[in-house]
Amino acid sequence: MSIVPEPLTHFPWRVLGILLGIAFFGTLVLYSAAGGSITPWAINQAVRFVIFSGMALGLSRIPLELFARFAFPAYGAVLAALLAVELIGGVAGGSQRWINLGFMQLQPSEFMKPIIVLAVARFYALLPVGEIRRWNAIWPALVLIGVPWALVLVQPDLGTATMIAAGGVTIMFLAGLPLRLFVGSGLTLAAIIPIAFSFLHEYQRNRVLIFLDPESDPLGAGYHISQSKIAIGSGGIFGKGFLKGTQSHLDYLPEGHTDFVFATMAEEWGLFGGVLLIGAFLLLFRWGIGVSLRTPDKFARLVAAGLTTTIFFYVAINLMMVMGLAPVVGIPLPFMSYGGSSMLTVMLCVGIIMSIERSGRRRVGRHSNWG
Amino acid sequence: MKLPKFKKKTVNEAALSFTFTRRAMVVGGLQAGIGALLIGRMGWISIAENEKYNLLSESNRVNLTLIPPRRGWIIDRNGRPLANNRTDFRVDLIPERMNDPDRTIRSLAHLLALKDEDIQRIREELEKSQGFRPVQVAEKLTYDQYAAVSVRLPDLPGVAPSQGFSRNYPAGAAVGHLLGYVGSASAKDYEERKDPLLITPGFKVGKDGLEKSFDRELTGKPGAKRVEVTARGKIVRELTTRPDTPGNPIKLTIDAGLQEYAGRRLATQSGSVVVIDCHNGDVLAMASMPSFDPNSFSDGISHVEWEMLSKDDHVPLRNKTLQGLYPPGSTVKPMVALALLEAGISPMDTVSCAGAIRVGNTLFHCHKRRGHGSLNMRGAIAQSCDIYFYQMAQRIGMDRIASMAHRVGMGQKFALPFPSQSYGTVPDPAWKLKKYNQKWQVYDTVNATIGQGYMLINPLQMAVMAARLATGKQLMPNFLFGAKRPAPAPVGVEEQHLVTIRDAMSAVVNGGGTGGAARINLPGVMMAGKTGTAQVRRITMAERGGGVRSNASLPFKLRDHALFQGFAPFDNPRYAIGCIIEHGGHLNRNEDAPMIAADTLSYLFDQAKAMEKLETLEKTWGGTPTERQARQMATFRTAKAIEKGEAPPPEAANATSAANVAEGSNSSAAAAADDAPPPPGAGAD
Repeated sequence: MSIVPEPLTHFPWRVLGILLGIAFFGTLVLYSAAGGSITPWAINQAVRFVIFSGMALGLSRIPLELFARFAFPAYGAVLAALLAVELIGGVAGGSQRWINLGFMQLQPSEFMKPIIVLAVARFYALLPVGEIRRWNAIWPALVLIGVPWALVLVQPDLGTATMIAAGGVTIMFLAGLPLRLFVGSGLTLAAIIPIAFSFLHEYQRNRVLIFLDPESDPLGAGYHISQSKIAIGSGGIFGKGFLKGTQSHLDYLPEGHTDFVFATMAEEWGLFGGVLLIGAFLLLFRWGIGVSLRTPDKFARLVAAGLTTTIFFYVAINLMMVMGLAPVVGIPLPFMSYGGSSMLTVMLCVGIIMSIERSGRRRVGRHSNWG
Repeated sequence: MKLPKFKKKTVNEAALSFTFTRRAMVVGGLQAGIGALLIGRMGWISIAENEKYNLLSESNRVNLTLIPPRRGWIIDRNGRPLANNRTDFRVDLIPERMNDPDRTIRSLAHLLALKDEDIQRIREELEKSQGFRPVQVAEKLTYDQYAAVSVRLPDLPGVAPSQGFSRNYPAGAAVGHLLGYVGSASAKDYEERKDPLLITPGFKVGKDGLEKSFDRELTGKPGAKRVEVTARGKIVRELTTRPDTPGNPIKLTIDAGLQEYAGRRLATQSGSVVVIDCHNGDVLAMASMPSFDPNSFSDGISHVEWEMLSKDDHVPLRNKTLQGLYPPGSTVKPMVALALLEAGISPMDTVSCAGAIRVGNTLFHCHKRRGHGSLNMRGAIAQSCDIYFYQMAQRIGMDRIASMAHRVGMGQKFALPFPSQSYGTVPDPAWKLKKYNQKWQVYDTVNATIGQGYMLINPLQMAVMAARLATGKQLMPNFLFGAKRPAPAPVGVEEQHLVTIRDAMSAVVNGGGTGGAARINLPGVMMAGKTGTAQVRRITMAERGGGVRSNASLPFKLRDHALFQGFAPFDNPRYAIGCIIEHGGHLNRNEDAPMIAADTLSYLFDQAKAMEKLETLEKTWGGTPTERQARQMATFRTAKAIEKGEAPPPEAANATSAANVAEGSNSSAAAAADDAPPPPGAGAD
């Protein structure tokens, strides 16, 4: 073999390199968003990244079996936390989504995003192979997904609920449920939307219409999207230059350091920065899907593909929202948006995928759950 | 070694594993596809629509503020400014941007030391304002005050300090009615024109007088300032500035010195003076006093000051020269005499005045109870004998008199650059029939010949009449220096008759007539003129029996108007003048129409001497009009403070004239006509 010792060659350099690149870029953008200052955002974000990277590396050392074993208990615990938050919120007379941990505010719904993947994957891993075409393969998964989805939806947090549902359904798809189920559901949904639309209230309809044409209400509900598109569009190919964005620095762009950080970036770095960033994320997804394809273990490959898709949903929903392709739902852009919760979740996902990669490597040539 | 193991597996599991691989590839492919879609979308926005979004981003970032153009100067015939601009720091409020008006006004009141009445005015304007229109807080601030507000801007939303120009009228009240004033455009103006300049803080439009008539010429082109602003409207930095183009100056025929002199010379009276150049009809002075100070009007007048002005019985808010209509009284006698001459009556024909004459079944009196005895035309004009004119007028009839009145400018509406103008009446039989559906009576003719009854004139017309009698030309009053106009038409009378009239008018002043007070003590400058008294109340037979009440004993509003028209020098007229003292009652020789007219004209011949006299006189009146008005304001404010809600009449002006009653003049012609119908709406106000 090579002269480099094995622990070093097996260290996940590539994925860490990608993450470091994205996070460094994100820190630069936050530095600019604060008007050229490392406080209050850039420094915090960098420190968090270091801490959570360490956490992810720690997770990668945990044997995969442990995740499998604790999938259901963890699911139960997060579900209980969700309920608790809902109850506390009810008692306090407002909608509360988070538990204050002192250094950061923790949203249980955030944890549900990776946990739902683990739980549904665990369910299909335990399901006897012959059952996959039966009703028994469908309803438990739907319950697993439906309960947290409903709890998060009533918070109300449409974005997170959508991600929970999407993560779970992706696992169902990957687990091999008949394709016609998905095609059928998709068609039904498409048919229901216009009918549902006709049942909506005037103001709800207006919201949808404003999403479809944000310029029709540039100072009201369409303001975020309009300003975000202005920021991206005015950036052009190479942007206005580092620290030279006007939309963000003059406060026209709302949430320029959190949900709309991509617009802040695009204004200063242009299409060039956008392609680099989206490219880096695509590399990350390729790594995750690659890990899942290389892993023989059924639970592991479902989890790897599922968690990759969870990260993908973050990126896709956020970018679609920022570019005016989706309504404003408050999904942050991983590593770029300022905030601890989303980075923690994504790092959890990355850590688990790294653990799968490790155990896959250890298990090469040995026992497989599929076999 | 692995393959055999796989072979043991069921087909289902192998298929499932294969399905997973295939579907994972699909998921991966979808992710790549959506990634490509997002890049495509971003490319579309940032390349294809780059121009559109660049524009939007610029319009976000850059705020264009208009710089109000400096208003054109108004200068007098010698180039002296009558209205100019002064650099000034000001603070305005933009109502729609305020979130706590009370708190903001309180901090402004503290910072700028605003008076209670200012705060009251600001609150009232804020209530009326429509949100977009700025409300002025204060003008003419010092740099320190301006800076004090500017540094606190983040805590004062809706407050807009600015540096600009404000209108300045060096002569103050003396030009108030002539020039008018400027003020912020009204909401109605903005709705009509939708010009953003109108709602720019500091921009003023002409509101009255010449400022209003020449508003278009005086308004320049606004400049523009591009500033970078944040979403909250905070200015980050200035980008570029295009300076404004000032409005065009307007050069008037007015002589600034004379205008101010006339205003001051009107003393404490409610009156007006108009001076006309006999060569071409140029108006050299047109003063109406007392007047508002256009400086304080242009600043946004305080409520108390407005109240004081509108309650003053000397009506400072009315432009008496153009909107005041008065019975001309005996000042029409030279005109009537000219009509007599034209009708073929010899100036040497005499009439015997016994003090009264019966017309129909009414007794008409002369102002001199014992009568003048036998008088020819010269004596009748000089002594202002009513009986002479009663008798002579009946010989030629009203139509000829009315025709002459029209030719000398009575009842004529002139094309003047003023928003409104009352032009009086010259009654004749046809007019009376049309207006009242009544036949013309002999006593109507009798009344008209002494300028009472239906006859009405404004001070400008009286000056025009003087100028036309002096020159025999139908001069038209003009305010624009160097304006081209056609040569004036002749009045259509024989020169010889004019000489007779001028000679008689000179006798009024210099020949022991009723206008002795109008004598000008300058060698070679002999004044000619005619006095007049316009009665505003009916004198009953009973009162006449017990002696007509003296004007001094009457309340202000019932006193006679004192009038004078004339020109100088009498044999080669250069300047003509008309002067009306409202309710003057000839109580005070120094403040009576003849002497005011003479002093004003003498300014044109010997400035130093005229000024010397004025300054001496002003000491007895309590100073210049500005000083007197300031004192009146202070008194009024004190009175207001004492009796809240109930305003006592301002007495400062009256008290002064009452003090001078002792010097009462007796050189006046008191036209007495028992049955004079009450003048329709004239004089009495």
